[in-house]
Amino acid sequence: MSGSNHALADWTTGAEAIVYQSCTACGSLQYFRRRFCAACGAPDPEEKRASGAGTVYATSQVCRAATPETRAHIPYNIVLVDAAEGFRMMAHGDNDLSIGDQVTARFAQFAGRLVPHFEKVKS
Amino acid sequence: MSFITGVGLTAYGKHEGSSSLDLMSKAAELAIADAGLKRSEIDGVLCGYSTVAPHIMLATVFAEHFGIRPTYAHAVQVGGATGLAMTMLAHHLVEAGVARHVLVVGGENRLTGQSRDASILALAQVGHPDYEVPLGPTIPAYYGLVASRYMHEYGVTEEDLAEFAVLMRAHALTHPGAQFHDPITVADVMASKPVALPLKLLDCCPVSDGGAAFVVSREATSETGVRVLGCAQAHTHQHVTAAPRLSELGAEIAIARAKAVSGVAIPDVRYAAVYDSFTITLAMLLEDLGLAGRGEAAARVRSGHFSRDGAMPLNTHGGLLSYGHCGVGGAMAHLVETHLQMTGRAGNRQVRDASIALLHGDGGVLSSHVSMFLEQVR
Repeated sequence: MSGSNHALADWTTGAEAIVYQSCTACGSLQYFRRRFCAACGAPDPEEKRASGAGTVYATSQVCRAATPETRAHIPYNIVLVDAAEGFRMMAHGDNDLSIGDQVTARFAQFAGRLVPHFEKVKS
Repeated sequence: MSFITGVGLTAYGKHEGSSSLDLMSKAAELAIADAGLKRSEIDGVLCGYSTVAPHIMLATVFAEHFGIRPTYAHAVQVGGATGLAMTMLAHHLVEAGVARHVLVVGGENRLTGQSRDASILALAQVGHPDYEVPLGPTIPAYYGLVASRYMHEYGVTEEDLAEFAVLMRAHALTHPGAQFHDPITVADVMASKPVALPLKLLDCCPVSDGGAAFVVSREATSETGVRVLGCAQAHTHQHVTAAPRLSELGAEIAIARAKAVSGVAIPDVRYAAVYDSFTITLAMLLEDLGLAGRGEAAARVRSGHFSRDGAMPLNTHGGLLSYGHCGVGGAMAHLVETHLQMTGRAGNRQVRDASIALLHGDGGVLSSHVSMFLEQVR
């Protein structure tokens, strides 16, 4: 084994990174971490760090939150971003984002957690 | 063959002091009486879940509380699609001879049993625990994402979505059991408080207390029978992040399978009961099911197509948006109303012809789908 398939730290564990998995057998990509490829079932997909570049697929600005911690941040924009590498992820984004915008990720604190936050690529 | 032989429905809204079991029991009693049965004749029980009173064995908790000893009983959990998923299972159970009369029941004191924040928080947990929930999304936000994309791809506007809220409210005004009794306009919807844009407060169903139940039997127990013609499911994903493209969602898969097993085509349908947790849900499902062309559902609302006297009366009780949404019971009210329409008992809401009905339920974030056709048999 190359050792490339051990878990890389990412934002879900508090590190400033977005990580996805790539199947060494069929080439499918997946964002939600598993010990196998959900497309073909092959074990140990390779973990890769994403560039943070992507395109906005959908947006929803949350104006009504359900906890005191999240309420402190309203309004905040929940976005689905199609990463340049070919997987889709949920994140936060600037409030002025529109579908189709080219974006890049930074990381921000939200309700005591580190979360990915997308902003428009400066042209 | 299987028949829906009895239905029971409480008013939705506030039932101060009623537990989930109380509301389930009340609806069950109404449904069994409506079927002309004794409770001892119920040999199967399917129930949903209660977010207020979670239990790993709710069906037997209910059966003991209600005072019956079924030969078959368990809970089913498919979010908003639970009611129709239970009906589908009951249909197959009675067809297979496993049970003779299956009681399908849902009920929850979701409004008065916990805070609205607690409800919103509990429901947000349908999101991915590691990759979505930490971002602070809510159920309206999950659907808000879908709405933004749908509007982008098909040119649907916020005003278009508002039409569905107005229609459901207009229908609720004619039902004494509905949670809301004040008429609303498109302007009211547009001016309502933002919740998860593009969805505003009046684009969202309320949180309610209520209960609904029906009995599914091997034979009809009254002159006008309501027979299950066929049903089908589709499950394409759980989390909105993992959802397929809009053209590949489960509603289209489920309805295609349901049409194939029942031999029904959309032009045969005379009444529609479609899940409407949000205005976008109803707009998308109507178009996915083929009850309107892409991007055209709102125009059909405006032309009266889905009104009581229109060509395809839809959710004549007011739907989740205005009759109310108490969890599992929420979409079961759609089937209760359909049954009343098919048996000519809908009073001032009665439509001319409900001989063939299409019902569709959605759970999660357009994750789980159940389509069903019912036929009136005289």
